[in-house]
Amino acid sequence: MVALDFTAVLQQWPLLLRGAALTLALTAVSTLLGVGLGVACAWARHAGPLGLRSAVALYVEFIRNTPFIVQLFFIFFGLPSLGVKLTPEIASVLAMVLNLGAYAAEIARGGLEATPRGQVEAARSLALSERQVFFRVVLPPALARVWPALVSQIVIVMLGSAVCGQIAAQELSYTANLIQSRNFRSFESFIVVAGIYLALSVLVRDVLRRLGVRWLFGGAGHRGR
Amino acid sequence: MIEFSLWDIVRNLLLAARWTVALALMAFVGGGVLGLLLLMARVAGLRGVQTILKGYVQLFQGTPLLVQLFLAFFGLGLLGVDVSQWLAAGVALTLYASAFLSEIWRGCVEAIPKGQWEAADSLALSFMQKLRHVVGPQALRIAVPSTVGFLVQMIKATALASVIGFIELTKAGTMIANATFQPFVVYGWVALMYFALCWPVTAWSRKLEKDLRRGR
Amino acid sequence: MGADNIITIGQLRKRFGATEVLKGIDLDVARGEVIAIIGKSGSGKSTLLRCINGLERFDEGALQVGGQALRHGDQRALRALRQHVGMIFQSFNLFPHLSVGANVMLAPRLVKQRGKDDAQAHARRLLERVGLADKFDAWPDQLSGGQQQRVAIARALAMEPSVMLCDEITSALDPELVGEVLRVVESLAQDGMTLLMVTHEMSFARKVSDRVVFMHAGCIHEMGPPEQIFGDPRTPELRQFLSALH
Repeated sequence: MVALDFTAVLQQWPLLLRGAALTLALTAVSTLLGVGLGVACAWARHAGPLGLRSAVALYVEFIRNTPFIVQLFFIFFGLPSLGVKLTPEIASVLAMVLNLGAYAAEIARGGLEATPRGQVEAARSLALSERQVFFRVVLPPALARVWPALVSQIVIVMLGSAVCGQIAAQELSYTANLIQSRNFRSFESFIVVAGIYLALSVLVRDVLRRLGVRWLFGGAGHRGR
Repeated sequence: MIEFSLWDIVRNLLLAARWTVALALMAFVGGGVLGLLLLMARVAGLRGVQTILKGYVQLFQGTPLLVQLFLAFFGLGLLGVDVSQWLAAGVALTLYASAFLSEIWRGCVEAIPKGQWEAADSLALSFMQKLRHVVGPQALRIAVPSTVGFLVQMIKATALASVIGFIELTKAGTMIANATFQPFVVYGWVALMYFALCWPVTAWSRKLEKDLRRGR
Repeated sequence: MGADNIITIGQLRKRFGATEVLKGIDLDVARGEVIAIIGKSGSGKSTLLRCINGLERFDEGALQVGGQALRHGDQRALRALRQHVGMIFQSFNLFPHLSVGANVMLAPRLVKQRGKDDAQAHARRLLERVGLADKFDAWPDQLSGGQQQRVAIARALAMEPSVMLCDEITSALDPELVGEVLRVVESLAQDGMTLLMVTHEMSFARKVSDRVVFMHAGCIHEMGPPEQIFGDPRTPELRQFLSALH
């Protein structure tokens, strides 16, 4: 039985910390932009012109039926042929935003479609503009309705960001590879990193759940905690 | 410089796509069998077992598949096993599938009204008889759309096996892109091929779900 | 002692969390007796019934069915018990993926190991008995509530139990469908089946039962023949309960 040496890996905690920080940063930025994109797409499918609706549908289906790693490679390796050169971090964020956006669009669409008709009618009767109806009356409860599904998807994207290490974005899995290339403790490196990812996913899930309760549920719809 | 025709590229990608399908099906079936056993153990209700299985699922759902692949690759090597890409990818993806499928199916079993269990209990059916004749058939019906949907996830998941050197569609794409200096075209075609594999399955899963909602 | 008591219950207690739902129940049921259990919701009636076939665990006390003490941990003993005690539920709980005939045949074939033809003939006889002979191949969702409940009765009878527990079996039915179910239950009583019924159908209870048990706040508050319970209620709680029904 081989002896496992975790201290060699844990000694590199500054590196691990930086890697985890970048993972969180990538996730945070992608979440804000991705959910925004998703909501915009959902609105477009809900109430936009036909051409836009088809374009969005195409985008969503394409993203959901291709692997994230291929999307990432296309953006990072493929776009430079068109003259667009991106840093690993920018390419990662772009890929994550486009990816999350497509899934968020579907999730948000489900939430929007579950809006009781009476809500919209009441809002219109109060002379609110269509824009106000959407942002004030329809959207908050819709997001509250699908918040758990959205949070799950965000965690999935965060775990998916591990692939960004392959294009040399210095996030957590890249750090694991870096550490093991130095001290040859491959198994231990990835066990430690797996543990950190596990902790991050629990943390992110918890934080997002609380934020959802604070921002969305408080105003939009009280479900008993 | 050697000129590569588009057909050269596409042909090689298609050949590699075979392995994508093979790996996906293998992990899906293997994971399904394992997942079913895990589910039955969970439903049987022994308290220690339930906690362990809950942890098992959280482990696979809370860590990146990429890391799981690396762990399989390096971990099996530590045990002295001669690790091939097939073995590492196969083991990692099978375990991954088993965790997700057992969780999907658990949700389907829990969707069955409690009264069904009670009626079966009142008729003195044993645990296995309950599963096979009362709960199982009903859960199966509910489970089909999401299980088919998971097959799509499996096909996409095989793309990560490229990172540990398994030669499937994505790895072939990387190699060909490097050889031809045409990453835009190559990765574009790779994406199109994944789409061609996944989209029909996605559409099928949606149809199944619509049929289910309409009832029988 | 009770020589021919098929069910003996002694000092049964059950808690749900911090609330005590059954506060020391003593009840003996003789073979062939028909007992109606009445009371407000929350009085513990259904819980008591469900303890008798082991669907609920009781915390203290003793429960014997057919001379055998109820043992919770022992799955095999529990299943043996349930072959002698049948239950009909408020929400029928027919198996939706099986036809009516298959519903009735399932347990006899699996548990009592009856052969297919034997079980089928038995099922047809029982369905005829509950007035649904022509529905053997129908599906549960094609039947009305009253028909579904009668199938549920046939399904329970297929196991040839000595005791039938009926848990508010007409409460979920439209009024015009209640009669057909009660007629079947009455015929069971006339054939000598031991019946324990939790029910709100007071006139039915008065007509069919040998004894009425009034439960209040987890205890048996009053007990006696129907003429006494309905005609001459002794405690204020029972009087209040009966007057609220009219």
